[in-house]
Amino acid sequence: MSILIDKSTRLVVQGITGRDGSFHTRQMMEYGTSVVAGVTPGKGGQTFEGRVPIYNTVEKAVKEGGANTSVIYVPPAFAADAIMEAADAGVQLIVCITEGIPVLDMARARPYVLEKGARLLGANCPGLLSAGKSKVGIIPGHITEPGPVGLVSKSGTLTYEVVFKLKAAGIGTTTCVGIGGDPINGTSFIDCLAAFEADPETKAIVMLGEIGGTDEQEAAAYVKANLSKKVVGFIAGQTAPPGRRMGHAGAIISGSAGTAEEKIQAFRDNGIGVAQRPLDVVGLIREVL
Amino acid sequence: MNIHEYQAKELLVAQGIPVPMGEVATTAEQAGDIARRLGGAVVVKAQVHTGGRGKAGGVKLAKTPEEAREKAQAILGMQIKGLTVEKVLIAPAADIASEAYVGVIMDRASKAPVFMVSAAGGIDIEEVAATNPDAIRKLVVDPRYGLLPHQAYLLATELYQEPKQQRAAAKILQQLYAAFVAAGASLAEINPLITTPEGEVRAIDAKFNIDDNELFRLPAIEALRDPSSEEPAEVDAREAGLTFIKLDGNVGCVVNGAGLAMATMDLVKYYGGEPANFLDIGGSSNPEKVVNALRIITSDPQVKVILFNIFGGITRTDDVANGIVTATRQSPIDVPIVIRLTGTNEEIAVKILSEAGFSAMTDMDEAVKRAVELATGEGK
Repeated sequence: MSILIDKSTRLVVQGITGRDGSFHTRQMMEYGTSVVAGVTPGKGGQTFEGRVPIYNTVEKAVKEGGANTSVIYVPPAFAADAIMEAADAGVQLIVCITEGIPVLDMARARPYVLEKGARLLGANCPGLLSAGKSKVGIIPGHITEPGPVGLVSKSGTLTYEVVFKLKAAGIGTTTCVGIGGDPINGTSFIDCLAAFEADPETKAIVMLGEIGGTDEQEAAAYVKANLSKKVVGFIAGQTAPPGRRMGHAGAIISGSAGTAEEKIQAFRDNGIGVAQRPLDVVGLIREVL
Repeated sequence: MNIHEYQAKELLVAQGIPVPMGEVATTAEQAGDIARRLGGAVVVKAQVHTGGRGKAGGVKLAKTPEEAREKAQAILGMQIKGLTVEKVLIAPAADIASEAYVGVIMDRASKAPVFMVSAAGGIDIEEVAATNPDAIRKLVVDPRYGLLPHQAYLLATELYQEPKQQRAAAKILQQLYAAFVAAGASLAEINPLITTPEGEVRAIDAKFNIDDNELFRLPAIEALRDPSSEEPAEVDAREAGLTFIKLDGNVGCVVNGAGLAMATMDLVKYYGGEPANFLDIGGSSNPEKVVNALRIITSDPQVKVILFNIFGGITRTDDVANGIVTATRQSPIDVPIVIRLTGTNEEIAVKILSEAGFSAMTDMDEAVKRAVELATGEGK
């Protein structure tokens, strides 16, 4: 098993003809993801790589292409509308890769998607990968293989680092999910923890957090109250100065709130093993498997 | 992005909020002239991107134009929390009957804009929030509809008893929300919102923080940026499309991805070094970005070693390798470079680097250890 995506995932790529969209569509197809449609307004009727039909609208991609999941690679100015278009078309899972979307746009798009009963992952996220089954987004396919660990993270390349180290140690994953580094996003740590708890093949969970906000602290309390599976955590930004946005819009220590120390303490207080270095995740996961 | 008080006040005036504006001076003479024009007592206020200006001595009352000149003389050039005061605002001194706080922030926990108002104004709202949270009334706004008239009125009744003042405050709150949206702000506050002895409601001081993600579509707000109040290397980096934050150490870091960049800094510290910077070259790398990154990092004389940590996903490691080779050909770099790269096009990258005389490592911990050894002199 896996969470959120698997062999039944039928993907529409919004922005399929753009530079990033076309590159990653090829990568997803190579991995085995079932890409059933692409959307680029004005290019309806063409095909991508001679086999994926391109539509003008997501509605058509759902009705004619049978898409149930979408991935968005459109520029920040149009991304929030693209998210809401996918929700209007009845897409169940909407994965938004775009970085740099105004926070106010996300504050409007998020409740819109929720009211349509869809799930949004991101924005500003690397997407997700269910090892050996399907990948949606930009996570490189070669860095992991099927195994017993579920991973949820705010960061892309830090995720790659950790799962690659796990693979080198012979440990694979069920699903790796990047929830993104924006202050307002669609899917939380808690949503993913709950899904991993319910997934029989996931035996242990890795949670990679960073400075800023209280998501990690809330997730830690959730772990203690609701999870039977063991969780191993890492927090990036122990050397980050307060008041500065560390790349991710959400990665900022406000006053004395949202520090790495505070989050590491919350992990410890709630029975989550804390890795000092990304490499230490491997040893801690071995202990709990 | 932060903006100055006088700019924040202009954003309020643009929405029709009554603000005694005053004028900005960069010399003591200008300050005296402005005070003479305004007539009566004035307040001389340092324009720097930080709070606590009053406590630091950056806000002074002046009863005469001559006094305004003297106070401006003292404040201009002053250091407040490491920032040099280049401008002062000369504002008419207001007669104050009462002070309140009103603000709207983009709140992560509520995932929406949240208004905060308090009849206890002129204060540090974070301090009140921590010590006396009941003194603050909060209200979550649905950003699809904005601050509704009845919500604005409800908040106003928390501040004032007089119907006339309640109506005035409700109008100001809606105008403040309009300014918040128009400026793409993550925070917009009026502190204090005062009543005069005649019962008029006025905004005396304002603060805005702007969501950087809004700037691409708000050129008029981008134009408010004051590069003189920022670290020059950070301005340079932003113009080159890089996210760079200067720190105090001597291990220069070039990383792709914010999370990995933070984890790399942490690992430098773990192995006994101190990072000189945070630098994320972003996802879709091109060699030019790497050239700029090296130029910016080597402009810091403290840097003893440069550490590349690249996990190629979208980032192609051969682009990074080409950037390193190009940059070092353009201008030789006299500190050692430690390169760790793995992922997309790794074989091509290693070939490019070795042909140019560089060696590359594949393990992050080994590379960080090596960089720290070189920075502390133990690796020589």
